[in-house]
Amino acid sequence: MAQNMLSQKSKPSYGVIEMPDRITKRDYDTVVIGGGPAGLAAALEAREKGLETLVVETRDRLGGIPLQCIHPGFGIHYFKKDMTGPEFVYRFIDKLLSTDIDYTVKSYVNTAKYVSPMEKKLEIITPYGTEIVGTKTIIYAAGARERTRYEIGITGPNPAGIMTAGEAQTLMDMYGVMPGKRILIVGSGDVGLIMARRFVLEGAEVVGVAEILPYPSGLMRNVQQCLKDYGIPLLLSHMVISVKQCNGRVSSAVVVKVDENFKPIQGSEKEIECDTIVIAAGLKPRTKLLESLGAQIDPRTKGPVVNEYFETTIPGVFVAGNALIINDYVDYAVEQGELAALAATKYVDEKGIKIKKPVKIVLGRNMRLIVPQMLTLTSDVLFYGRVARPEDNVWLSFKEIGFKIPQLRVLPSIMIRQKIRLDKLRMLKTDTLTVEVIPRD
Amino acid sequence: MTKQVKKIICIVCPRGCEITVELEDGKIKSIKGYSCPLGKQYAEKEVVNPERILMSIVKCVGGDLPVVSVKTAKPIPLSRMIEASKALADIAVEAPVKIGDKIVENLLGLGIDVIATRPCHKQKEE
Repeated sequence: MAQNMLSQKSKPSYGVIEMPDRITKRDYDTVVIGGGPAGLAAALEAREKGLETLVVETRDRLGGIPLQCIHPGFGIHYFKKDMTGPEFVYRFIDKLLSTDIDYTVKSYVNTAKYVSPMEKKLEIITPYGTEIVGTKTIIYAAGARERTRYEIGITGPNPAGIMTAGEAQTLMDMYGVMPGKRILIVGSGDVGLIMARRFVLEGAEVVGVAEILPYPSGLMRNVQQCLKDYGIPLLLSHMVISVKQCNGRVSSAVVVKVDENFKPIQGSEKEIECDTIVIAAGLKPRTKLLESLGAQIDPRTKGPVVNEYFETTIPGVFVAGNALIINDYVDYAVEQGELAALAATKYVDEKGIKIKKPVKIVLGRNMRLIVPQMLTLTSDVLFYGRVARPEDNVWLSFKEIGFKIPQLRVLPSIMIRQKIRLDKLRMLKTDTLTVEVIPRD
Repeated sequence: MTKQVKKIICIVCPRGCEITVELEDGKIKSIKGYSCPLGKQYAEKEVVNPERILMSIVKCVGGDLPVVSVKTAKPIPLSRMIEASKALADIAVEAPVKIGDKIVENLLGLGIDVIATRPCHKQKEE
């Protein structure tokens, strides 16, 4: 009966369904959670390698966040072509629609249960009811969520007009709704910078971008093309200490300059009139489902602890994209999706990922975070990391194997991506490997 | 002879290279700091006549979303961006729209078209 209910014919017509969805099986080799770039890339690679694959997406269509990133700058590395977010992601969507990969939209994985190494049970809520699906592996690519006002210390009343940058982007560039007229942006994350330009181009005034750090947290190209191009003031070492309201709507914000310890400087308070406050305080990997499975979380990346296969501490549960680590480039999310899919294929074929020698990655000098955090020493490793502070003329050093790569400049806003081959790693005598940034002379 | 040094941040890709351009009497003498040919081209253009791709949205009637995202097929002068964006505010198209469909021909007489960057499917009847 369940099978019958799932067939295409018996589905009710359900308002706007751009892409009809389908769950045709009870058991899969892999279920990809999240239909954004990492998830789509993972699903395509997994299917290519012969895995029975299902994609579960919460929004009403596949594509994820790039659907609303209408600015150019995507695909330079992956497709060698400058594209906007939707153009980039539709390459993957169109490809996926030409395969027999199963997918379901307006759906989410409510619970996940680890039954045995080769069996996980997922409870998926879909518009047609709840489905219980078994799978050998999970590729978790549910992306990140935006940090909220409360996480950057803007407490107090909650009038209309306070939203995150991504929410403003969804409103404007998916639904054509202008969120305000005089806008203060708090935090200089990339989404905030990109929205600053969008607001100006759509006729709003951006009164400023307040950043608590002494340097912008977004990419320099976005500081240039989104702020400097339009003369939008960037207030470095500034924070918002209170929000004022009038008739239930934001009316102004009080900003203050901070010292090097982020303590407000007395007497530097300034009241800025605005009707909208957009929070662009960065992203945090989504981990709720992983935590419910018992996966270990890294307090640095805020994502799961993984090995070089992007496998979490739960066997057969892999992670890719911004759910793993906050990436600078969509290309990295795609790359991680493809790697996770290859790893899932290995897992299915070999009934698990074997450990040759467990190695723990240790953060050394000027390294703030890194993935993977552990190694099995059975494969080449692709490291993604971030430094703690800007530094010029340094080595990126993998201490115990004596491997160093020169770096002209390292910045917290630019992710370090470094591949280390297995033959180099085999020289490791210890059970830890320290990654550090050290001066060049 | 007037010498001038311009420092620019490349916007071609997310790497954001810092490029230094030396000018003599308005002519480019040297370009340093780029790491790809596209970056060099960008710097050459940027010191004389900065250009950007304009991205925006236009209304889409009868679509599964109320707007469709668009961009200029080629970069337009930075100085015309706001004017160009205003011109797009009055445009409405009818669904369905495919990626690459021409939305506006010869925007502001610049000789550059505006094309769709996101499909907009026809809204299905309930």
